[in-house]
This record gives sequence, C-alpha cells and structure tokens, in this order.
Amino acid sequence: MTWADTLLLLPELIAATGASILLIVPVLGGRARGHMAKWAMLALMAVTALAVIGSTYAVAGVQQTPTFRAMFAVDAFSVFFKLLFVVVIALVTLLSEDFLSEERYSTWEYYSLLAFALCGMMFMASGVSLITIYIGLELLALSSYILAGYYKNHEESTEAAMKYFILGTVSSAILLYGISLIYGVCGSMRLSTIAAALSTMLSNDALMFGIMLLAAGLCFKIAAVPFHVWTPDVYVGAPTPISAFLSTGSKAAAFAVFARVFYVAFPAFHLDWSNVLAAIAALSMIVGNLAAITQTNVKRMLAYSSISHAGYSLLGIIAMNEMGLRGILIYTMVYVFANLGIWATILMLRRHAYAGESVEDFRGLHKRAPFAAFSMVVFLLSLGGIPPTAGFIGKYFLFAAAVQAGFGWLAIVAVVMSAVSMFYYLRLVVAMYLEEGSGAETIYSPSLRFVTALSLTVTLVVGFIPELPIRQVIESSSHLVGRVVQR
Amino acid sequence: MLDKLWLIPLIPFAGFLLNGLFGKKIGNGLVTAVALAASGLTAMVSTLAVFQYLGAYPDHGRHLDRVYNWFTAGGIGTDVAFQLDPLSIVMLMVVTWVGFLIHLYSVGYMGEEDGYGRYFAYLNLFLSAMLILVLGSSYLFIFVGWEGVGLCSYLLIGFYYDRDYAAAAGKKAFIVNRIGDFGFLIAMFLMFNYAGTVDFAGVQSMAARGQLTPTVITAICLLLFLGACGKSAQIPLYIWLPDAMAGPTPVSALIHAATMVTAGVYMLVRSNLLYRMSPSAMMVVALIGGLTALFSATIAVAQNDIKKVLAYSTVSQLGFMFIGVGVGAFTSGIFHLVTHAFFKACLFLGAGSVIHAMGGEQDMRKMGGLRKKIPTTFWTFTVATIAISGFPPFAGFFSKDEILASAFATPYFPAVGKLVWLMGTVAAFFTAFYMFRLWYLTFTGDFRGTHEQEHHLHESPWTMTFPLQVLAVLSIIGGFIGLPQMLHTPVTNLLEHWMQPVIPEIEGIGKLIEIPVGTEATVALVSTLLAALAWYLARQRYRGRGLAADLATEQSHPGLVHTLENKYYVDEGYDATVVTPLRQLSIFSWKVIDGIIDGTLGLVGYTVAAIGDLLRFFQTGNVRNYALMLFGAVVILMWVFA
Repeated sequence: MTWADTLLLLPELIAATGASILLIVPVLGGRARGHMAKWAMLALMAVTALAVIGSTYAVAGVQQTPTFRAMFAVDAFSVFFKLLFVVVIALVTLLSEDFLSEERYSTWEYYSLLAFALCGMMFMASGVSLITIYIGLELLALSSYILAGYYKNHEESTEAAMKYFILGTVSSAILLYGISLIYGVCGSMRLSTIAAALSTMLSNDALMFGIMLLAAGLCFKIAAVPFHVWTPDVYVGAPTPISAFLSTGSKAAAFAVFARVFYVAFPAFHLDWSNVLAAIAALSMIVGNLAAITQTNVKRMLAYSSISHAGYSLLGIIAMNEMGLRGILIYTMVYVFANLGIWATILMLRRHAYAGESVEDFRGLHKRAPFAAFSMVVFLLSLGGIPPTAGFIGKYFLFAAAVQAGFGWLAIVAVVMSAVSMFYYLRLVVAMYLEEGSGAETIYSPSLRFVTALSLTVTLVVGFIPELPIRQVIESSSHLVGRVVQR
Repeated sequence: MLDKLWLIPLIPFAGFLLNGLFGKKIGNGLVTAVALAASGLTAMVSTLAVFQYLGAYPDHGRHLDRVYNWFTAGGIGTDVAFQLDPLSIVMLMVVTWVGFLIHLYSVGYMGEEDGYGRYFAYLNLFLSAMLILVLGSSYLFIFVGWEGVGLCSYLLIGFYYDRDYAAAAGKKAFIVNRIGDFGFLIAMFLMFNYAGTVDFAGVQSMAARGQLTPTVITAICLLLFLGACGKSAQIPLYIWLPDAMAGPTPVSALIHAATMVTAGVYMLVRSNLLYRMSPSAMMVVALIGGLTALFSATIAVAQNDIKKVLAYSTVSQLGFMFIGVGVGAFTSGIFHLVTHAFFKACLFLGAGSVIHAMGGEQDMRKMGGLRKKIPTTFWTFTVATIAISGFPPFAGFFSKDEILASAFATPYFPAVGKLVWLMGTVAAFFTAFYMFRLWYLTFTGDFRGTHEQEHHLHESPWTMTFPLQVLAVLSIIGGFIGLPQMLHTPVTNLLEHWMQPVIPEIEGIGKLIEIPVGTEATVALVSTLLAALAWYLARQRYRGRGLAADLATEQSHPGLVHTLENKYYVDEGYDATVVTPLRQLSIFSWKVIDGIIDGTLGLVGYTVAAIGDLLRFFQTGNVRNYALMLFGAVVILMWVFA
C-alpha cells in the first residue's frame, strides 16, 4: 500500500469520516440544531462527489487500477456507479427532510447511517475481490436494517426492519457460503484470478453450487423472484424516504456487484448459469407485474414493480454481451431517477396529516399539483418503457441484448410484461387526471420540487438525447466488456 | 450564424411557448410584441445566415450543421441536422419574410377576435415547424416539421372551434393528410431498408451510384408523391384544402397558399435525382398535376364564396407546380412556388381585407363596387389578379410559361408532355377567367349587400395594407428572377443558375430540360392570348352586371352549373365509397369485434387478478414462511442446476 493507493480510496475515506462526524455531532451538542444536518449531509455529498471525480484524474483515464492487493479498483465503471450513488443519497436526503421534521426523530444519526450506507455502496462498486464486495454489502445492509426501522414508534416499521434483518442475514449466509465454495475451488477471492482459474476448468459441482449460491444471495439484494418475499412488506413498513432509498440506491449497488462479478469472474460458465438466471428473470417479470396489478397501496405496488424491474435488468447479465452491460448501466440510471421522482410525489401526499399511500389519494392530483402530476406521468411512462422517455432507451438496450444473445423468448416475455405493467402505471394516471373526488392533500416543499425537477430533467434528456448517456456508458463499461471478448 | 442554424426554428418556438403559456395573462399588446419579434427576428437571423453562407460557399455547396445524433439503432440512425443550400435558401426566404408579413397582417385582422394569444402561439409554432421542414437535412427530420405544420394546420383550421364546420374541416384536413403521411412513412421505411439512410445526400448518392434498383426508386418516388399529394392538395387528396378555408383568412394565406401546401413541391424538388431516375414516376406526377390544375380551375369558376374561389385556385396552381416538377423542370416548379407565394398571399390577404371591410361576409353575390371604398386593397388585389392570370411582365406570367413550355418540350415523355401542356394551358385560361370573374363581382358594379354592411365599409389599418402593398410589388417584380432565354436580358434565368447545385447534371441520369426559344415564344404567346380572351369574356359577362350571366347559364344548363357548384360531387363520392363503408366497418368493430375482445380481455383481467390474489396468499407477512421460501428456492436452484 502506498500513498497513491490511499488517494484512490479518498471518496470512501471521506464518506466514512463524514459519517462518523455526523454521528458525533449530537453528542457534541448538535442535537438542538437538527435542521443543520441536512446541509451538512449535502455538503458531505458534494465533497464526496468531487473526490470521486478527482480519483479518476488520479488514475488518468478509464482503465482499471487495482490496488490493495487487487481487492479494490478505481475504474470508469465504479466511477459511474459511485456518482450515481452520491446523487441518489443526496436526493434521498432531500426526500427525508419533511419526514424527519414531522416525526421529530434524530436527524444526525439518520444521515450518518445514510452516509455509511453510501460508503458500503461505493466499496461494492469498486470491489474486485469477493471479500471486499461482501464487506461493502454488509455495511450497506446493516445501515439499511436500522434505517428501515427508523419509525421507532410505528409497529409496522419495526416489523419491517425485523423481517428485513432476519431475511437479510439468511441471504448473507447463503451468499457467504457461495463465496467460500468458490474460494475453495479457485483458491482466490479475486475476480480476475477466479476467471483465469475457471477458464481452464471443465464442469465442477462445488463451483456450480458456489456460483448459484452467490447468485441467490445477490438475487435477494435486487429482489428477484423467488427471493423477493421481503420486498413488499419492507417497502410498505419502512419510512417512505427509506423505501425510496432501498428501491433505488441499494438496488443499483447490488446491480453494480452483479454485473461486475458475473461479467468479470464467470464468463467461462455462462452457458450453465444463464438459463437459471433467465428463469429467475422471467419469474420476476411475471410475478412482479401480475402482483402489482391487484395492489391498492402505491408503495406496495412500487415494491412489486421494482421486482419486475429487477427481472428486466437481469436480461443484461444473462445476455453477457456489450449491449447487455451497457443496458444495465443505462437502465439502472433511468430506473433510479424515474423511481425517485415517483417517491417524491408520494411523499408530498398527506391524508389526515399522515402519509397518503393509496391509489385513491392520487385522485384529481393534476388540479392540486399540476407539475407533480405531469412529472408523475413522465416517470410512469418511463418505467413502462414508452418513448420518448428514458425508460424506452434503457429497455431497448436490455431487450436488444437479450435478442442478440439468443434469448429471444425472454425478450418476448419482457415486452409482454412491459405491456402488462402499463396497466397499473396508467391506473395512477387515470386517477390523477380523469377521476374526480377527494384525493389527499399536498405539501409540496422546495426539496421535493427539486427532486422532481431533477428526475424529470434526467428522464426527458436521456429520452430525447440518448447519445449523451450512451457515450458515457460505453466509456464506463468498455474495459469490462473487453474481458468478455477475451475469454 | 451558420453553426447555429437551429436558432432559426427555435426563435419562433420560443415565441410559441411564451404566447402559448402566458398569452392569456400578458395581454394583447405583449402577445403582439412577442409574436412579431419572434417572426421578425427569425427572418433577420435567416437572412444573416444566408449572407454568411454566400461568403463561405462561393460554389453554393451544401452546408451541413449537425446538432446531435438523434438516434442510432444497429446500423441505421439519423442526426438532428440542418442544412443550407440554394433550395433551402429560396424556401427559407419565402417562409420567413412572407411569414413575417402575414404575422403583421394578422395583428390588424385578428385584433378584435377572442383567442388572440392562442392564434399567435399557433402561428409561431407553425413557423417553427415549417422552418424545420425547410432546413432539415434528412427525410426523417423534415418529417418532424411535416407533421408539425400538419398539426398547426389542424389547430388553425379549427381555430373557431365552437363552429361545427370549422372543427369538422380541421378533422378532415388532418385525416386526409394522414393518408399522405402514410405514403411518406413507407417511403422512408424503404429508404432505411434499401439505402440504410434517410439523409438527403446519402439517399441520392446511393441512388446515383446505382445501388438502388429502378423498382425501389420508382416505389420511393411514388410514395413520396403520395405524401406530397396529401400536403399539397393534389388529386385524389385535394379535398381538404377548400374546407380548410374555415380558418382565419391570414392562416389561409400563410399556410394554405404560400408555405405549407408547397411543402410537397419542395420535397419532390429535394428528391429530384430520384425522380430523374424514374421517368414513370415523373409522368405520374406530371399527369396528376395537370389533371388537378385543370379540374380545380373549372370548379373555381362556379364558386361564390370569395375564399373558396381562391382555395380552388391554390389547388390548381399547386397542380402547375407539380407539372413543372413532373416534366423535369424542377427549377420552374420552385419558381412558380415563389411567385405564387407572392401573388396568392396577396390575393388571400386582399380577400381578408375585403371580408374585414364587409364585416365577415364572404359571399361575392353580396359584394360589388368595393373599388372606391377600399382603394389600397383594390389596387393590390388587381395587381395580384393580373399576376396570377399570366399577363406579362407580372410574376405569374414568367413562372407559368416556363412550366408550360417545359411540359411542351420535355424529353422524358414527349407525347404525354404535350397532353399535360394542353391541360395546363386550358387551366390557365380558366384561371384568368375565374380571377376576373371574382374581380368584377367584388370590385365593380353596385353594392349588393345590406345597408348596414355598406355603412360599415372601411379600408383596413396599415398593419393589413402594408403587407398587401409589399406583396403586390413582389407580384409585379417577382418574376424577374427567372427571365426567359428569349428576352436576351443580362439577368436571364437567375433562379436556374442559383438552383444548379441542387439539381446537378450527372452522366447517365435524367437530362435537364432545354427549351428551344421558338417553343418558348409560341407557348408564351398562346397563353397570353388565351388569358386576354378569358379576361374579355369575364368582362362581357360580369362587368357591372353582378351574377345575372351566371343565373342565365344556370337556367339554360342547370346540370353543368350544379355539377361545378358542387365540385363534381367528389366529396359525396368519397362519402359513399370510402367514408360510409368505413363507418359501417367501425360500427361493426365496435359492436361485434370489440365485444369479443372486451370479453376476452375481461377474462384475462379476471384471471390475472386471480393470480394476483394467489400471489398475495404467499405474501403472508410471516417471517418464518418467508425464510422457508428462501431456503426452498435455494434448494430448487441447486436441484435444477446440478
């Protein structure tokens, strides 16, 4: 380890240090100044973002620069995700403002936990060794468990946290078991070494088990069927900003890991695992979308919708080609912004001074909050994959990748299920624009407005000028794709 | 400015946004300012860009300003890119400056109407879309403008949306145009499929290098022409244009006479290389053009609504332009497009001024003797009437005769060319006749309206008369950009030299027309004499006598007059053969097919809901069950996998 190595770690160091400071502030007498916490957090995000950008200059380019005995790498792929994470956490910070002030919970600890989660996510994006990845994942998970139970006085929230924790530990155990099997066969945790070992191997049951257990563990994190059971309960029970975080940032991090591990380490056994993942993807799309149709609670509906989106994103991993990897990157980004925008709209609804969460609360929204209603339509169309929104571009990449890789049937399932999903997305549009009646009241704070506007901008810009993100994504993923070709 | 061509359509678009969003709040004064500023500024920016182009491209080549890649899908893709070349420049100048004049005119004309802001928002939006159409560098990109102007046309025809006929006319225009658009779309699909590009230069160079088969080229040409027939109101899709007169009169002048309806001509000239490689497609264009010119000119003779006469006249004049394009005289098509923009805009605006003076009355039977009451309108209208009738040296004479002479001398299909020439010449005769009929009925004789109307008669404000005067002057001198060979002036055929880079001579591909001086002189003489004869006949019939002569004819030949008055019953024919069967089909679909589908879908929905309930059953909320399911899933995975 050298001084330069430490520099590469700067963003993570800043996030961790910042998180610790945020944790200490209330002890030093900052509790009274709760409203300062938001600005401290946003400042921390800004510095972290600068550090992330700075670290790319330190390594001069997009090539992978492994460090710490090849356990940690700064490359364009990780930078893409880290920037996305920082933005997500910053937006979640803005989303949390009203919730925290209304519920009078301690703000400094809350943000500290978010910052720790960010730190874990960044390690996940940069990890090139299974152990680094696992530790990052646990850091994220532990922070998330606590955040999911942050509504201390609400039974639902506590219950959600409990469920999330127990099932999360189970999945961690499964994941860890998979890692140990892989280590046992390959003798290494490093993704590149594993790939090299695999390329000389024929079939090996222990290894197959390892890969499958690892996949199962990751499927839990991205909430793919049949490892999705926790999702609806947790999304509904957790504080809404945290549901927003879980369905966007946390998922994006899991996809970063999924993509890197499978693209770098396991291309050699693509034929074997791709069919299993294809089944999981198909199940996720079908179950997620069908179950979403019958929901009346919007948070629960979004939970099922997020399950189906995990299915779409999996197409990019199954396809195992350039287009697939680019598809994952674009789709993750697109999905994250559309979702955050929707969560922002949900957060503005109040019914009897409590959060409005049912479809009925959206009735006639276009009269009370025309901008929010219009943005909501754009976000829903984006999730449904309708041009000219960003979602279309993302889905186009993923579906085309699947077709290229010979998974035509899966692409067909995906397209049909996208059509089905329009049913429940449009139901909200109908409620907002066509149905009269008493919906929920709205409190549209500047922070929520900002989140909506930013998400709307991204969703429309990516939809209208897809060249911009595509160029970025090609740069960010080319070095990983290079490995695919090499095998 | 050359690298900022996108500003040109963007400026009026900004005007559209401002007036569209805030038009009601900011008051008419600011609306006027925004609309005029937007249209005037874009005209000035365009002119500036043209001057810079002249400096940067002494050889008048193609200037391409690529803004960004619109999309790329597999091997094909297209850019958002603007281009400037002699053809775009001609269109650009006509659209922006005539557009500005008509914006100015509208200030006076629409001053007392409701929806002032809405009107100018639409007008600016139209300008923006039209400029995309004119400046776009690929078929797909101009299609954006093509659809945009179609939308604005629809919105403005139906501007008085509380009147049934206006709403219906808007719908008719939109639907009929969709049929043409379908042709345009298929043509683009063919280009993507066979040429792999929709860029103008790309498609033409593929064609020039012989990489497209003659069949494909002919198919593309015919389909593009179908699109042009919709937008430019040619047989069989012309029926929407006369109805489009339901919109405000300045709109008729701008959209339905000077600019939008000429988009089809522009597109065909843009594709001249393709057409020159497919003489059969050219022949179709020429014949349809000739038929339309003749057919609608005869209808115009029997119309009594001043705007209807001008509408059929527009259809007929567009037919002339297509004759020019069809027989291979692409420049003369554009030439006529330009002069027509001047004199027809002048006529429409003049008609608007008349209607304004008459308090909304459009029926010529109630006019008469307006000459003294509205002198400026009178003299400008007279100039434009002489110009359209084809008397030298007014603008219409030169462009129309160049077209007719080209038809006579076309090397592509000499026999058919002569036939088309004959149709055109007869149409020109009728043109002079119906125009002078209109002129005599409106401006001479005694006033036939009510006292109230007579009392109300007044000349229009300067914002309306100024554009009329400018356009009248242009109708006089506009023809000098294309003086024929036979006059031996030092500035012969300016337009043709100017357009040469757009219509290049390429070895082995469709020759360009050369008209023998003798032919040119003869054709010119014949049509001038015919125009004079038509004027004489109209003078005999209508001067100071109102409609007495028409009534007499109706007594002696009721069938003929009624057929013409009812426009050959084409609308009724379409109704019986297309609209009614379609409506029956749709009723069938609605009552029967829809019932089946609804039932099926209901079943599907029911099933889906049932599945959803089933899935909910698994969502017990019990964490032990969840953990069990997790383990079960892992076990199944292992089992499947190993």
